[in-house]
Amino acid sequence: MATAPNVAAIAAGSNSTLAFDVERVREDFPILRQQVYGKPLVYLDSGASAQKPRAVIDAMREVQETCYANVHRGAYYFSQHLTDRYESVRKTVAEFLNAASDQEVVITRSVTEAINLVAYSFGAGLSAGDEVIVTEMEHHANIVPWQLLRDRAGITLKVAPIDDDGNFLLDAYEALLTPRTKLVAVTHVSNVLGTVTPLKEIIRLAHKVGAKVLVDGAQAVVHGKVDVQDLDADFYGFTGHKLYGPTAIGVLYGKAGLLKEMPPFQGGGDMIRSVSFAETTYADPPLRFEAGTPPIVEAIGLGAAIDYVNAIGHEAIAAHEAGLLAYATERLQQIEGLRIYGSAKEKAAILSFTMEGIHPHDIGTIIDREGVAIRVGHHCAQPLMQRFGIPATARASFGLYNTRDEVDALARALEKVKELFG
Amino acid sequence: MEDALRELYQEVILDHGKHPRNHRHPPEANHSARGYNPLCGDQVTIYIETDAKGRIADAALEGHGCAISIASASLMTEILRGKTEAEARQLFDDFHRLCTEQDFAPEQAGTDDQDALERLQVLSGVREFPVRVKCATLAWHAMASALNGGGDTTTE
Repeated sequence: MATAPNVAAIAAGSNSTLAFDVERVREDFPILRQQVYGKPLVYLDSGASAQKPRAVIDAMREVQETCYANVHRGAYYFSQHLTDRYESVRKTVAEFLNAASDQEVVITRSVTEAINLVAYSFGAGLSAGDEVIVTEMEHHANIVPWQLLRDRAGITLKVAPIDDDGNFLLDAYEALLTPRTKLVAVTHVSNVLGTVTPLKEIIRLAHKVGAKVLVDGAQAVVHGKVDVQDLDADFYGFTGHKLYGPTAIGVLYGKAGLLKEMPPFQGGGDMIRSVSFAETTYADPPLRFEAGTPPIVEAIGLGAAIDYVNAIGHEAIAAHEAGLLAYATERLQQIEGLRIYGSAKEKAAILSFTMEGIHPHDIGTIIDREGVAIRVGHHCAQPLMQRFGIPATARASFGLYNTRDEVDALARALEKVKELFG
Repeated sequence: MEDALRELYQEVILDHGKHPRNHRHPPEANHSARGYNPLCGDQVTIYIETDAKGRIADAALEGHGCAISIASASLMTEILRGKTEAEARQLFDDFHRLCTEQDFAPEQAGTDDQDALERLQVLSGVREFPVRVKCATLAWHAMASALNGGGDTTTE
């Protein structure tokens, strides 16, 4: 069985960083002992993909070593056993998001697939002249599926703007909503700016005109508690690998009433009730949307990752990361010529920046040699780069295992960049 | 500071990266192509003017990118002038080897222009940084594409 996460006991409701022992947390992540070019690894790219705790690695290995079989098929013990465990992950996810039922949880391969699923299946009910609204700070994964739908169905794609600090502009958004608006596809947390969007208000306003809301929660579930019922979100997607879980697994939450009305996404095994050459009938959700053998081992890994995060506690994680973000912002602001992008009122632990006269790609190469791993480039958000008139940024994104010392290492490495570039 | 980094970011690179030569759009250009690196969003458009005899009379660039890609583009525009299309392609071939082959020696090159190779030697530091080879060759891909009739080219 998976080992229990190695975390300090946290009193219920505590948001004190004292209860959170980052050094003990770091011991749970074997990779953090690695060195790069002879320097300790300073991993500040969790926003791209987070490292995995021992509990996740062990859970996935344990399944493959002791009870692996396909799910939803076999009459034999291992298949039934693993089916139960696979389905229990659905329950874990439902509790994690506070969904009303685990039947509202569709297992996908990624959040990208979750969004494409909605664009395809929910989108099948849309026709020419219907409107979908996205925001200026969406990841390509929440832009391109809607452009494909536009090309397919003739919908109109509208873009809700942000201000120069990265704040979502509610008034401008409200002005875009019309009776033809069928869906609002919005990120919960910007992967570039760290902006936390005012989701409750976005959703309330959308519902007023009868539109549904799909939330890209890839960056959000990592940094704080998500309650889909409290938000009243219609769809909510996230991915395993940014949540300290494995790659190739994602989740789509959808309200039961909506999923029930949606046609299948992909066809194949598992998603049918009965098949004949004359007629095929489809399974009820969520299986209707899970064609083919699912990512079984990855699902077990995701379950272990959620257990791990739950054991530490969202409040402790959020408090730790807020401290890191504040400290990193302060440290980086002291570097002359460094400009931070994104200073929204509510912000997650993501820090994008540029340095005067130095391209982000060069920054990334130089600090890599100091052992510091950050993301440089357009972050799959080219329209947002265009919004700010820049080709790229450097981005440090923090996870629950990062420390103030690592922020210092980043700042020192950036000083070396300046030194080299004169 | 590490030697490999000093080797990569030599003075010449930093200078050409900050102040690229021939950063303009020549009105007489009869070939052009945009080079695009989807990884980092860098884009460089290369303009070439060939004369009646097929020699490159002028080469220039527009665009933005990292120090490596812009410095490489800048040096390239200086070096290409006076070359035939075939010579330009040969030089690209040699330059690519210079950027990727650890033990590439100038005498192995197909080009007769040893001076050009010597100038390009400053970019050989990318050998130690395989992900940056695409930066160094971006403008050259665009140049080849321009000579082949234009259009966009990516480093993918």
